[in-house]
Amino acid sequence: MENTKKGFVGFLQRHWLIIVTGIVTGAAAVILSYLGNPANMGFCIACFERDITGALKFHSAAVVQYFRPEIVGLVIGSMCMALIKKEWRPQGGSAPFTRFILGMLVMIGALVFLGCPLRMVIRIGGGDVNALIGLAGFAVGILIGTVPLRLGFSLNRAYKQKTAEGLFFPILLVVLFILSLVTELFAKSTEGPGSMRAPWIAALLIALVVGALCQRSRLCMAGGVRDAVMFRDFHLVYGFLAIICTVVIGNLILGKFHFGMEGQPVAHTDGLYNFLGMALVGWASVLLGGCPLRQLILAGEGNSDSAITVFGFMAGAAVSHNFGLASSANGIGQGPVLWVLIAGFAILALLSVFNSKSQKA
Amino acid sequence: MIDARGLSCPMPVLMVQREVKKNQPKTIEVLVDNMTAVGNITRFAASQHYEVRTEESAGDYRMTLWK
Repeated sequence: MENTKKGFVGFLQRHWLIIVTGIVTGAAAVILSYLGNPANMGFCIACFERDITGALKFHSAAVVQYFRPEIVGLVIGSMCMALIKKEWRPQGGSAPFTRFILGMLVMIGALVFLGCPLRMVIRIGGGDVNALIGLAGFAVGILIGTVPLRLGFSLNRAYKQKTAEGLFFPILLVVLFILSLVTELFAKSTEGPGSMRAPWIAALLIALVVGALCQRSRLCMAGGVRDAVMFRDFHLVYGFLAIICTVVIGNLILGKFHFGMEGQPVAHTDGLYNFLGMALVGWASVLLGGCPLRQLILAGEGNSDSAITVFGFMAGAAVSHNFGLASSANGIGQGPVLWVLIAGFAILALLSVFNSKSQKA
Repeated sequence: MIDARGLSCPMPVLMVQREVKKNQPKTIEVLVDNMTAVGNITRFAASQHYEVRTEESAGDYRMTLWK
């Protein structure tokens, strides 16, 4: 039942869950960095999926290979909460190949910037001004993406699937994670960001809580800007702001807040590429219907389209590192980064055009 | 009746927004299949001064918006 109370109490009653989720997610990011994850990278969906891609040896960048427990925790936390709340629903079949390609583009853009939208706000909370430029690009990308939405863009309907389809991704993830713990099958960085990690049990437990909360609150970075623009609905933005405020406070307490552009952890200062990378992420995320974090949560809820999107992220990570597209603290990659970004925007434009108007209300 | 089952975010609420802009109806019936869409449509309906009733049936959610 919609709460119609006015004033601050009414505001809290309508938005408390998204704000609590933002606070917990922000605190989790600070704690995980304190426990060993890279600075300003307590949580990063793109970076951690890239690390898992490296652990599975789909790319060979030795400094970013580790089977991150956080990804497993987010998916399983979401799945458990969805099961408890009877919202777990095996569903799929909505333009899976298009979603795979969109996932690749999201990851390529994120690795040019060096972070997903979640890490972007965590970087902002750490005082990284480069991330503000990324935020500007992200917002512009989302604004562009809302145009096809208004013109009738749709990736068509998903349909109910068998239980096995919805369970496949979470089970596969858990099996691979267990293998990463008990065998030496997978690669593991000994230097660089991939070697910086919180104890796995802490990372897993914290991510389980965050995943469960994100399932309940529907926290989504891309959705926040999109809903504000399209519906004047700022609900998700409050989660966004809660993360930033919490990370700022946490970093100030720990003495980790460093305002400026130079010398920021796992970041570069090339403003043009920070802007373009996140613009690609924003536009592709709007077409997907959610940011990388949201795709993980939906995959946990049984959505196999989102599971395919996650594999698209991993393919994008492999392409980024195998073809020199991924940035590093030293700057952008040595590969044809600009051309790939241009190609990415062209693909998004074509997908936006060819998937519009075919589906009317 | 707007059938928004199986559609990704934000299509369900966008379909409702289009209907409101186009026809300004007194009553709108919407069928969705997830609670995210229910929440989005409920917030949008409140912003447009509609009352909302949501009933669950066979795993779907039937929403009635009225003024």
